[in-house]
Amino acid sequence: MIHQLVYMLGYGFAQNALVAGILVAVVAGLVSRFVVARNMSFAVHALAEVGFTGSTGFILIGLSPVLGLLTGSLLTAFFIGALGVRIRERDAVVGVVMAFGLGLGVLFTALYARYATAIAILFGAITEVSLGDLMLLAGVAVVTIVGLGVMYRPLTFATVDPVVAEARGVPVRLISILFLLMLAAAVAEAVQVVGVLLILTLLITPGATAERLTANPGLATVTSVGVALLATVGGILLALVSSWPVSFYVATIAFVCYLAARFGAPALERLQGVPTD
Amino acid sequence: MSVDRRRRGAGIPAGTAASVEEPAMCFDRATLAYGDRVVWSELSMTVRPGEFLAVLGPNGSGKTSLLRALLGLAPLASGSVDVLGGPPQRGNPAIGYVPQHAGFDRDVPLRGRDLVGLGVDGHRWGFGRLSRADRARVESALEAVAARPYADEPVGRLSGGEQQRLRIAQALVGDPKLLLCDEPLASLDMRYQQEITELIGDWSRDKRGTVVFVTHDVNPVLGYADRVVFVVNGRWAAGRTDEVLTSETMSGLYEAPVEVLRVRGRIVVVGEASGAGFDIDEPHHFPEPVGAHQ
Repeated sequence: MIHQLVYMLGYGFAQNALVAGILVAVVAGLVSRFVVARNMSFAVHALAEVGFTGSTGFILIGLSPVLGLLTGSLLTAFFIGALGVRIRERDAVVGVVMAFGLGLGVLFTALYARYATAIAILFGAITEVSLGDLMLLAGVAVVTIVGLGVMYRPLTFATVDPVVAEARGVPVRLISILFLLMLAAAVAEAVQVVGVLLILTLLITPGATAERLTANPGLATVTSVGVALLATVGGILLALVSSWPVSFYVATIAFVCYLAARFGAPALERLQGVPTD
Repeated sequence: MSVDRRRRGAGIPAGTAASVEEPAMCFDRATLAYGDRVVWSELSMTVRPGEFLAVLGPNGSGKTSLLRALLGLAPLASGSVDVLGGPPQRGNPAIGYVPQHAGFDRDVPLRGRDLVGLGVDGHRWGFGRLSRADRARVESALEAVAARPYADEPVGRLSGGEQQRLRIAQALVGDPKLLLCDEPLASLDMRYQQEITELIGDWSRDKRGTVVFVTHDVNPVLGYADRVVFVVNGRWAAGRTDEVLTSETMSGLYEAPVEVLRVRGRIVVVGEASGAGFDIDEPHHFPEPVGAHQ
């Protein structure tokens, strides 16, 4: 198995996949922490599904599907940010935008009639990432990581304690729009690995797992990135030596991490005599 | 209107400003409106450094808006307001802010000391650890509210009173001159209400800090409030507690018969049950979402 792995890693597509996977995992792990704390799973889904529309639309006019995905999800982020002024309205706005976007995606898919490509976008196709795509992914990853780094503290403040953050002069509204754009970029990245339908595996599970393991906010961010890396890299390596899809392995590893944190951490605390619940 | 006459008694006399120290805050014929709806109009009052002002009134009367005006988050439609010697500016480091107890999500990865730490650097861009000096400030703020025993616990698992203590530490860690408190006692039980009021009142006395304390029930702060402002239906009255909380003034504000009763050291405001249906001593509290006063 090790021999097979070494052999497979000699191929360019496998190396591309691994590099892309690492980039995606770092972005997804960082973003996931805040997606969970801000209760934005629904928005993640909307961004991914309209990204699917963008992707199929771009294929139709002969452009890169990765670029289309990015365009679709960024436009959706912009619409959600512009229309969803009030928080209680946001769910409905997200739903409305998502439903229409997906409708268009169905049309585009029917028009160019190549369902294999559509399935790659829906379920992920990290092993089909070209060098050009890889450059694009790397660029987006750098922008997102730098962006999150710059707004890390005010984003944390605005996420856990929005009322006080605003009183202390944090531009809460600007921060939430900027975060939505970072999220759109992260979604476009993560779709490459796990696809539209399994997007929550990389954008929810790592953050949710980290929350279960530590109350230290900095450590939680590091843990979230760690879980995303473990799931992505582990998933790609396992897929290289077997015939099962990458997305399945990524989803499974992430889920096992979550279960271990969910049930293992309280058990450990009980053993150490720390009262829980 | 009889109520407006109270304005004169509330402020320092005009023309002596040079000899008197600068007021901590000063409203001058200030009107706040959201679109066409006037929240309060022509508000004029002055609060001197070290004073404790209680802001009273029914829900939706614009008490929170008053704080937002001081924070520079709600611009006035007309008139002016000065805070600590200048116009309100967002993120003024000399202003501390204590919100109402809203409760944290049980699993949020945040410990007590992290919450207080956000009061030091949460508004700064970038990432990074607190400096040694800042960590020492966090430590002494925790000490001041006796929160050190649970400073490393996840905030979501602390009691309401413990969370509010941490919020006071967070507001005081920057060593402010003015503390704005928006219903900090809401949904706390009596014992915690007393503890939290004492912490804020004692800080004001010890440090000569100015406090603006929004509350729907005046009774917990009766021992500390130097003056009160009562806002309702766009009208207001400001002055000492015994000047404002009288049947005459309150009836003028509500434009309906209102009686102010003093029972066993507590103040109860009672209107006709069929009328406005208000009762500032009501035990229930309905939180108003920020910025949603329409």
